[in-house]
Amino acid sequence: MALINPKKKEVQVKIVYYGPGRGGKTTNLEYINQHFKKRIQNEMVTVKTYGDRTLFFDFLPFDIGEIKGHSIKVQLYTVPGQVKYNATRRLVLRGVDGLVFVADSMDLRREMNIRSLQNLKENLETFNKNIFNIPLVIQYNKRDLEEEGIPILSVDTLEKDLNNRLKAPYFEASAVKGDNVAATMKKIIALTVTSLRKKLE
Amino acid sequence: MDFTIEFDKQQIESIENILQEELIDMGVQSVILMDLAGNVIVNLDSGDKGHDVFSLAALAAGNYGAVSAMANIIGEQEFSLLFHKGEEESIHFSKVVEDLLLLTIFNKDVSLGFLRLKVAEAIKRIQKLL
Repeated sequence: MALINPKKKEVQVKIVYYGPGRGGKTTNLEYINQHFKKRIQNEMVTVKTYGDRTLFFDFLPFDIGEIKGHSIKVQLYTVPGQVKYNATRRLVLRGVDGLVFVADSMDLRREMNIRSLQNLKENLETFNKNIFNIPLVIQYNKRDLEEEGIPILSVDTLEKDLNNRLKAPYFEASAVKGDNVAATMKKIIALTVTSLRKKLE
Repeated sequence: MDFTIEFDKQQIESIENILQEELIDMGVQSVILMDLAGNVIVNLDSGDKGHDVFSLAALAAGNYGAVSAMANIIGEQEFSLLFHKGEEESIHFSKVVEDLLLLTIFNKDVSLGFLRLKVAEAIKRIQKLL
């Protein structure tokens, strides 16, 4: 849950980008880091392994202004997507307030998306959290690949696979090009902050 | 289990006073009281250097989790001394209660033994407030 500091009147909100490996979570954060530079005072932190894959997490903190007299500090995290790093994913999920699930639209990754979402559900359960009760936005990433002739899943298929029961707001995006990256982020921030409003009153 | 430690204004002020007296006044550069989600609860510094405390806290939480997992693999509950020594600055980690960590950044003017003593005293006083 978000940390509220009643003395400084400051709220720290933790938003985690989750999803299968090579799905574009880090690319989302990199785009945000580049395009919202003015609001971001600190450098993006990223812990990578050999081969440029996320080992631990990426971390990007920034201020979004005031709500009900409290200044809101949003902290964006990504998890490492590779299957073997589940312990690290669980670590990053600790205290999460809002989630973005970045699904890979490529035809080949259909199974990976479903497994990663299942893994997210299970990991949330270890913290006694239910995926149905936490602010969540789904992003269908890599929509731009269609133009290059690479087979991608239709949004209908992705919705059926991943969002049939969750009914979370979703965006078709291209993290590389920046399409809907900001929209995804704004949506999850709005949902998360709304869920915290009651606590701030 | 998720944690739900909440602090009121008075608790935060008391904790700040303890950290100021026990650590900052003794020459420590910077102290961060944080939770294992990486949130900064209290941050004090001597004013000499402005570290990026939010990134530090995020990494420290990850680091602490990783080190605890290593301890479990070799059959330890936890490692009692977590300390990174640099040429000029060093970082010391200490668990306060289950989900709280105290991070101390100090330079070579402060000895590790003395620091550990002061950190232990500060933690004892903070535990009484929780």
